[in-house]
Amino acid sequence: MKLQTGKSVSTFFLALVLSGAAFAADLRPADSFATVGDRAERSRALFAEAGKVIQHPRCLNCHPVGERPTQGTDMHPHSPLVVRGADDEGAVGMRCTTCHQDANFDPAGVPGHPLWHVAPKKMAWQQQSLKQICEQVKDPRRNGGKTLSQIQEHMAHDTLVGWAWRPGGTREPAPGTQEQFGALIAAWIETGAACPR
Amino acid sequence: MPISLNVNGQSREVDVDPATPLLWVLREDLGLTGTKYGCGIAQCGACTVHVEGEALRSCAAPVRVVAGRKVTTIEGVNSPAAKAVQKAWVELDVVQCGYCQSGQIMSATALLEKKPRPTDQDIDQAMAGNICRCATYHRIRAAIHAAAKQLA
Repeated sequence: MKLQTGKSVSTFFLALVLSGAAFAADLRPADSFATVGDRAERSRALFAEAGKVIQHPRCLNCHPVGERPTQGTDMHPHSPLVVRGADDEGAVGMRCTTCHQDANFDPAGVPGHPLWHVAPKKMAWQQQSLKQICEQVKDPRRNGGKTLSQIQEHMAHDTLVGWAWRPGGTREPAPGTQEQFGALIAAWIETGAACPR
Repeated sequence: MPISLNVNGQSREVDVDPATPLLWVLREDLGLTGTKYGCGIAQCGACTVHVEGEALRSCAAPVRVVAGRKVTTIEGVNSPAAKAVQKAWVELDVVQCGYCQSGQIMSATALLEKKPRPTDQDIDQAMAGNICRCATYHRIRAAIHAAAKQLA
């Protein structure tokens, strides 16, 4: 692209600013839901907004229903074939760490994190409605024994959750930022943690 | 940057970028060419080595992650399970072209060291990441069962 005039340059930078703004607006800020008068409705709306992250392939891929995680934005079965195994960290002889190290490794295109693993079966999100996921997230028997406060802390600060915004390579990150996501979850809890209908 | 490694029981020091794939260091810096380059993206298993007894695709691991850990390659693997696998490999004449075989043997050994009597499913799951273009899969599975019998 050849930019010859000051006007073209201005237009170019305006477009950059607008595209940046559009990216940042991928998640609505939690405080923008203050206009929803009914508290329970506001809570449901907040969780629905957070659901844009929760139901993004970057998160769903490692919350499979069955034995096998998926990968890619199209959520195809993980290649090569891997299974969760007894500890959600792979089969004997074919562990997650056989390929995934402590950080994304772009020369091989393989993502990584020190705690790379598949979410336990009881935390399956694939093929579940947002209502079902919401109920699971709130249920200590299915959320790892967490209180709502611990859930908020997990969503807002856990670094494996945070990988979804730093997936490396050409992988599409989850919408918004982890900070915005954490704020939505905090506001959802503050408004009664109501689940979508 | 100098990095200290333990490869096949020997202390080695290499002066490489810490992000260099382990496979490159093994082959280019240490001359251990028994570990093969297949795909470079952890899809074929030809580059499998052991780190602290677990299988690892050396093409997809930066060398920094194995600093101070025990790395074993096909040149150095000699546990009872490894010997049983190698014997079974010869007896059943598993190899065809042979390119994938060092990776296959490393994965099979890692499996048997953790699970001495694997089922067909155990074998399929542990070996799913090791591709053989000659399709010797049936002989690989039979050889792993044969090695398990030797170990019993």
